[in-house]
Amino acid sequence: MSGVRVLVGTRKGAFVLTSDGIRNKWNVNGPFFGGWEIYHLKGSPVDPNRIYASQTSSWFGQIIQRSDDGGRTWHQPGTPPGEPTTTPDGMPKGESNKFVYDTSPETGKPLTTHQWYDGTQHPWEFKRVWHIEPSCTDPDIVFAGVEDAALFRSVDGGRTWHELAGLRDARGSQWQPGAGGMGLHTILLDPSNPNRIYIAISAAGAFRTNDAGKTWKPINRGLKSEYIPDPNAEIGHCVHRIAMHPAHPDTLYMQKHWDVMRTDNAGDSWHEISGNLPTDFGFPIEVHAHEPQTIYVVPIKSDSEHYPPEGKLRVYRSRTGGNEWEALTKGLPQSDCYVNVLRDAMAVDSLDACGIYLGTTGGQVYVSADSGDNWAPIVRDLPAVFSVEVQTLP
Amino acid sequence: MPIRVLLPYHLRMLAHIGGEVRLEVTSPATQRTILDAIETRYPMLRGTIRDHVTLERRAFLRFFACEQDLSLEHPDTPVPDAVASGAEPFWVVAAIAGG
Repeated sequence: MSGVRVLVGTRKGAFVLTSDGIRNKWNVNGPFFGGWEIYHLKGSPVDPNRIYASQTSSWFGQIIQRSDDGGRTWHQPGTPPGEPTTTPDGMPKGESNKFVYDTSPETGKPLTTHQWYDGTQHPWEFKRVWHIEPSCTDPDIVFAGVEDAALFRSVDGGRTWHELAGLRDARGSQWQPGAGGMGLHTILLDPSNPNRIYIAISAAGAFRTNDAGKTWKPINRGLKSEYIPDPNAEIGHCVHRIAMHPAHPDTLYMQKHWDVMRTDNAGDSWHEISGNLPTDFGFPIEVHAHEPQTIYVVPIKSDSEHYPPEGKLRVYRSRTGGNEWEALTKGLPQSDCYVNVLRDAMAVDSLDACGIYLGTTGGQVYVSADSGDNWAPIVRDLPAVFSVEVQTLP
Repeated sequence: MPIRVLLPYHLRMLAHIGGEVRLEVTSPATQRTILDAIETRYPMLRGTIRDHVTLERRAFLRFFACEQDLSLEHPDTPVPDAVASGAEPFWVVAAIAGG
């Protein structure tokens, strides 16, 4: 019988939740990496046993962990357990936690500057990995979106990382951090075209490459942000999350700081689809696994009050690709609920009855096994949830 | 005599270290040679105590020995004789903070 494996990153460790295809009874495993911030975990679409995790700490920096057995055991891929700690020529391993901006004259760029909060220029400084995106075709190829915003790639299973430095050419000097930092948080790989990648950065906007990361173009036309000096600027929009259905890679859905947006031409132009949402502020956005026009958001009251309006946790679903939204409330708290759902904390499985998952800053992880009509908690008392991903298992 | 090093809990977990670390360090022992020796034996700790590129101590860590804060000493200054002889340990201490 098919099943699911839900990968949960929290403020104090990682958890792996498993169930059969009914998604009614759950096993909870963890915490893994207890006490560490786990920004994101994600499994390879090619090899579900291969999972990557971003483990970070203000004290000790960035660690990349990898599992080759579906999350049961983990290791730092630069130094697998039992292997020599040096290479045959005596050089130390342990490079899997090394994220250094590419400043080489051949492939990189001089370490340029971006805008600081006060508008002055500030050098790039690596802080942490926000998002991990394994390749659609090779379990050893994996991308990492980092703060300060940049895209890194590993082609050796996470042992070493190299920046795709061309992204900083896309007006990097104009990028500016939001209050939460200048993080590259969204990486969408076009399954039909390995050369095309979309990324998004807070608070710079969305970008696209058509040549596998050598050159990048801002794709923010149509976005309007009243909180920046030029509301229609090419750079500076605080994009919170972008989602794509793999069968329709030209259509993207965006939850912006304010506004829910859509493009049907790969980001060349966007239009608003907020429609009848009670508020168009929020963080995550997802697309139904089998219905490319069915999308989900979690409205949040405002950028000053990061909790659901009226104390009611409601997922909103549109079956029309936007504009017409319905509230999904059955099984979700409808009074006195003041949690947030962060940008990477919603996911969908690909079982016939599509499952929707969300995690909250209050430590709850909810599942709907019927496309959002009914919800139930899987766990209620985890640390604050940063990210939720789900693997559909055979 | 080997130099004795005490690491904070999370670094011991990362490196699968049960307790105190004992390292042979070329004389004269300094912060730099001690940290080089730690990272050579436990490469998974590279970047967790000092920056990969600048080799500067991470902001929320400090170095103590013999009831002295050595954090602001030059990395190439010899550590106290009691540390070099193994009589006293070299402590890597993480700031107490966070929620």
